[in-house]
Amino acid sequence: MSAAAGPLPPWVNYGLMPVLNLTVAFLISGLVVWFIGESPWEAMTVLLQGAVGYGEGIGFTLFYATNFIFTGLAVAVAFHCGLFNIGGEGQAYLGGLGAALVALSLGDLMPWWATMPFAVLGAALFGAAWALIPAWLQATRGSHIVITTIMFNFIGSALMVYLLVNVLIVPGAMAPETRIFAEGGQMPKLGWLLALFGLDIRAAPFNVSFLVALVMCVVVWALIWRTRLGYEIRATGTNPTAAIYAGIPYVRTVVVTMLISGGLAGMMALNPVMGASARLQVEFVGGAGFVGIAVALMGRSHPFGIVLAAILFGILYQGGNELSFWIPTISREMVVVIQGLVILFAGALEYMFRPALARIFARRPKPSPAVAAKA
Amino acid sequence: MTLMEFLLLLRDAIPGGIRLAIPLIFTALAGLFSERAGIFDIGLEGKMLAAAFAAASLAFVTGSPWLGLAGAIVVAMAMSLVHGFASITNKGNQIVSGVALNFIAAGLTVVLGQAWFSQGGRTPQLANDARFGAWEWPAVDAIGEIPVIGWIYRFVISGQNTLTYLAFLAVPISWWVLYRTRFGLRLRAVGENPGAVDTAGISVTFLRYRAVLCAGFLCGFAGAYLSVAQSAAFIKDMSAGKGYIALAALIFAKWRPVPVLFACLLFGYLDSVAIRLQGKSMPFVGEVPVQIFQALPYILTVVLLAGFIGVANPPKAGGVPYTKER
Repeated sequence: MSAAAGPLPPWVNYGLMPVLNLTVAFLISGLVVWFIGESPWEAMTVLLQGAVGYGEGIGFTLFYATNFIFTGLAVAVAFHCGLFNIGGEGQAYLGGLGAALVALSLGDLMPWWATMPFAVLGAALFGAAWALIPAWLQATRGSHIVITTIMFNFIGSALMVYLLVNVLIVPGAMAPETRIFAEGGQMPKLGWLLALFGLDIRAAPFNVSFLVALVMCVVVWALIWRTRLGYEIRATGTNPTAAIYAGIPYVRTVVVTMLISGGLAGMMALNPVMGASARLQVEFVGGAGFVGIAVALMGRSHPFGIVLAAILFGILYQGGNELSFWIPTISREMVVVIQGLVILFAGALEYMFRPALARIFARRPKPSPAVAAKA
Repeated sequence: MTLMEFLLLLRDAIPGGIRLAIPLIFTALAGLFSERAGIFDIGLEGKMLAAAFAAASLAFVTGSPWLGLAGAIVVAMAMSLVHGFASITNKGNQIVSGVALNFIAAGLTVVLGQAWFSQGGRTPQLANDARFGAWEWPAVDAIGEIPVIGWIYRFVISGQNTLTYLAFLAVPISWWVLYRTRFGLRLRAVGENPGAVDTAGISVTFLRYRAVLCAGFLCGFAGAYLSVAQSAAFIKDMSAGKGYIALAALIFAKWRPVPVLFACLLFGYLDSVAIRLQGKSMPFVGEVPVQIFQALPYILTVVLLAGFIGVANPPKAGGVPYTKER
C-alpha cells in the first residue's frame, strides 16, 4: 500500500490527514441532518454557538473535555505498549467507587484540598485494580486484552449496580445513588479561571479536575518520553520480541502499563462524581471510556494532541446538547452519531486518504545518479 | 422459597431462556463467520440494534414482518460493508471500526426514529399481523397431557415464532457451510493463514468481504427478532449489550458452531433465571443478587479465556489486516 511511497511530512500526517478525516465525518453528519429535514448550516451554527459561544457553554465544553482527557490518556498509555485497553468504561466506573469512598469518609473531616490527593489516589487505585486481572491474563496467559477488558466493563457495571442498590444507597431512598458529599468531598468550580477571560460559567460544573487532567498530561508525557519505564513501554509496544531480547521484562511492563492506564481511566471519575453531581450515581461514565479511544487515536497518543481532541469531543458533546434543545427534531443522540462518525473516519478509516496524500506529498528519495543517467 | 418451588422456577425458566437465547444464537453465529475469517467484530451490537430499528420501521410502514426482516438484513449487511471497507480495504483497526459502528447505530436509530415517528426514539406499536406470530403445533392439548415430554412439547417445541425455528436451523446450516463447503474451508483458512490462501490464488479481500456479509445477514435476523418477534416495537437501546453477550458466547464456544448454540442457550437461560429470581431467596443460599447472574456470562468467559476451562484458541490471523507481499 502506501508504506512503500515513503513517509509523509509531519504536517500532513499530524495536520492535514486528521482535518480531512474530520471534514468527511462532519459532512456525513450534515447529510444526516439534511436527511431528517433540517438545515445542516443552522445545526452547525447552533452547535458551535452552544459549545463555545458563551461562558456557560465553554464551561460545559471544558467539563466534558476533562472526562475525555483522562480516558484518552488511559487508552494512549496502553497504545504505547501495543495494548488495546477498551475497558476504560469499567475502570472509570470503579474509579468512581474509589473517589466516592474517599469523599464520603474524608469529605466530612477535611477541606477539599486535603481530600483531593486521597480522592485522586483512591480513584486511580480502584481503576488500576479493575485493569489488573485483564493485564495479568494478557501478560501471562495470552488472553486477548480487548476481550477481557470488554468483559470487565460488564462485570464492573453489574458490581457497581449491586453496590449502589444494596450497599451505598441512602437508606429509605429510591434512587440508587450515594448521599451528597460534604463540602470537603467536592471539587470546587473553576469559575475564576474563565473569569480571567471575562467569561461567566454560571451553572457549568467546570472544576478543579480539569487541572488534575492537565497535570496528568504532563506526567504521562514525562513518563512515556523521559523515563526508563516509558522507554520500556514503547520498546515493548514497538516490538515485544526485541524488547524481551533486550532484557525488558514483558510481564512486568504489560501489567504496570495497564495499571497506569486503568488508574488514569479511574481518575476520570473525579470530574463527574466529585466535580459535578457530588454523589456516585449509576452509569455516570456514559460512554466516555469508548470516546477515549477516538481521542487517543486522533491525538496520535500524544498528551498535547489528546487535549486538542478531547476539547473537540467536548465541543461536540456540549454543542449537541444545545442542538437538541433548540432544534427539537434533532434528538440528543445526534451527538452520538457525530461521535461515531468521527471515530469511524478519524480512527478506523484513518488511512483512507493516505495513498492519495502519499502520491502528492511523500518525500521521494532523490533519484540516484545512476537512475538519472539512465533516464 | 422451598427447594421444590426453586426447582419449578428452574424448569419454568427454560422456555423464557430459549426465547432470550435466540438473538444471541443469530448474533454469535454472525460473529463466528466474521471472526473465523480473521475479522474481529465488536460491532455485532450495533448491527443488531440497527437491524432491529429497520425491521420495526419497515414492518410498521408495510405491515409485513417479512419485509421488516428483509430491511433488517439489508441494513445489517450495509453496516458489514462499512466494517469491511474500514478493516479489509483500508486496513484500519477492526476494534475501532466496531466501536464506531456501535456508536453510529445507537445514535442514528434514535435520531431517525425521533424524526420519523416523534415518539422519543421509539417506533409505533406494531399490529399483531405485522409481527412474527407463534406457531401452534397440532394436538398440543392431547400431547401436553403426557408427563415430561408433553411439557416440553407444549412449552418448548410448540408456540414459538418463525425466527426461533430459523435460529435452530441456522446452527446446522452454519456448521455445514463452514465445515462442508469449499467456501467454508477457505473462510476458515483465511482466518488462520491468509498468506497461504493468497498463494493458492484465492482473493483474501473478496473472501473476507463475503464473510462479513454473512455476519451482517445473520445480524439482520437477530435484530428483526428483537423488534418484530419478541417485542412489537423498536425501543431505544433495545439490544442492551446482547451483542457483547453473543461475543462472549462465541468465545465461550471456542469459535465453533454447535458449542455456540449451547453457550447461547446457557447464557439465555441464566438471564431467564435471573429475571425470575429477582427479589426471591434461593434455598440454602438465601437471596442472591440478580447482578451475579447478569455478570456470570462474562465471568465464565474470562475464566475460560484464562485457560482454566480448556484452551480457547482464537483464529490466528484474527484482527490483523492482510497486506499482500510486495
